[in-house]
Amino acid sequence: MSGVRVLVGTRKGAFTLTSDGKRSDWRVDGPHFGGWEIYHLAGSPADPNRLYASRSSGWFGQVMQRSDDGGRSWTTVGNDFTYAGEVGDHLWYDGTPRPWEFKRIWHIEPSRDDPDTVYAGAEDAALYISRDGGLKWTELTALRQHPTGPTWQPGAGGMCLHTIILDPVHKDRIFVAISAAGAFRSDDAGATWLPINKGLRSGEIPDDDAEVGHCVHRIAQHPARPDTLFMQKHWDVMRSDDAGGHWREISGELPSDFGFPIAVHAHEPETIYVVPIKSDSEHFPPEGKLRVYRSRTGGDEWEPLTNGLPQSDCYVNVYRDAMAVDTLDPCGIYFGTSGGQVYRSADNGDTWAPIVRDLPAVLSVEVQVLA
Amino acid sequence: MIRVVLPAHLKGLAHVTGEVRVEVPDLGTDGAVTQRLVLDALEARYPMLLGTIRDRHSGERRAFVRFYACEEDLSNESPDTALPHRVINGEEPFIILGAMAGG
Repeated sequence: MSGVRVLVGTRKGAFTLTSDGKRSDWRVDGPHFGGWEIYHLAGSPADPNRLYASRSSGWFGQVMQRSDDGGRSWTTVGNDFTYAGEVGDHLWYDGTPRPWEFKRIWHIEPSRDDPDTVYAGAEDAALYISRDGGLKWTELTALRQHPTGPTWQPGAGGMCLHTIILDPVHKDRIFVAISAAGAFRSDDAGATWLPINKGLRSGEIPDDDAEVGHCVHRIAQHPARPDTLFMQKHWDVMRSDDAGGHWREISGELPSDFGFPIAVHAHEPETIYVVPIKSDSEHFPPEGKLRVYRSRTGGDEWEPLTNGLPQSDCYVNVYRDAMAVDTLDPCGIYFGTSGGQVYRSADNGDTWAPIVRDLPAVLSVEVQVLA
Repeated sequence: MIRVVLPAHLKGLAHVTGEVRVEVPDLGTDGAVTQRLVLDALEARYPMLLGTIRDRHSGERRAFVRFYACEEDLSNESPDTALPHRVINGEEPFIILGAMAGG
């Protein structure tokens, strides 16, 4: 019987949660790298025993880890994230120019085909690739050097490249998202980039439909419909059916269209999940009710999923990288909270239960299905 | 041989317990054993520490890392200043630690 392994990054270490395919009984292992912030852990689709972890600390900076045995042991790999060529400036919060300065790796995206090839998204925003299992990292400079780069500004959480999607059909196509520059697409493996923000409207910037400057929180794609993208923006849930060429709002009657993660069902490309959060200053669920909202119509029409989730006095947040789906049938949905809970649904979101309740604040959740 | 005390998180990263000892190159009678030489030797022996104590390229100390020895704070000394004799002769360790933070 197949099993699942959930990879959890937290403010104070990494954890792995494992279960068989029923997903009812769980084993919790960790903390790995206790005391370090683990912004993201990710497994290679080509080799599930190959894991990568971004480990960082305000004291000691960025360290990258690799496991070749599914997380039982880890080795330190390369952490030389140099901005290649002329570093240049972006805009700081006060509108003054500020040189790009590396802070940390937010997101790791292993290649779909090669366990040794992996991408990493940085704060300050840049995209790196390693082709040797993380030992050496090379910046794909065209993104940071895009003509709009000098106008990019950080969001409150920093100017982070937090979303990387490697298109499953168009092998040279990459989507990325940056807070608060927006979404970008490359059709030539990162050699050139196109801002893909038409249709986004953001009241927080002077020109609300500007080419860049949008605070995109997360983008999700179903591999069977690679031209359809779903976006949770700072405010607004959005959809594109032309690979980001145009976006339209699909927030419908959500209790709030602010939020961070968005995910697509593994077998139903029109079924999507978001977690509404009250506002950008009140980072907790409306009415103290932790509700995942599901749309089975690709947006606009939403239903709250509450069975097993706290429906009173709940004031946690769910960060952008902290929701994932497995590929079992029925589809499993997982998310972690700033309060340290990791919830799972083994039935498409109909019912929920906590796997673990008292971890440090959860920064990221990924799931692997194991043979 | 220079004795070096690492903070707990870097001991874990380097897979060591207790003090570590590093050999710095013999610079002759006029050559000084400096903070830079000790850190060079430390990173050569434990490459996983590269970038965790000082910037990999500029060599600048990370903002929340401190250097102590002989009850003195050497954090803001030039990296090319000679270390105290008691560190050089092994009587006292060169202490690397994370700055105090939190409540």
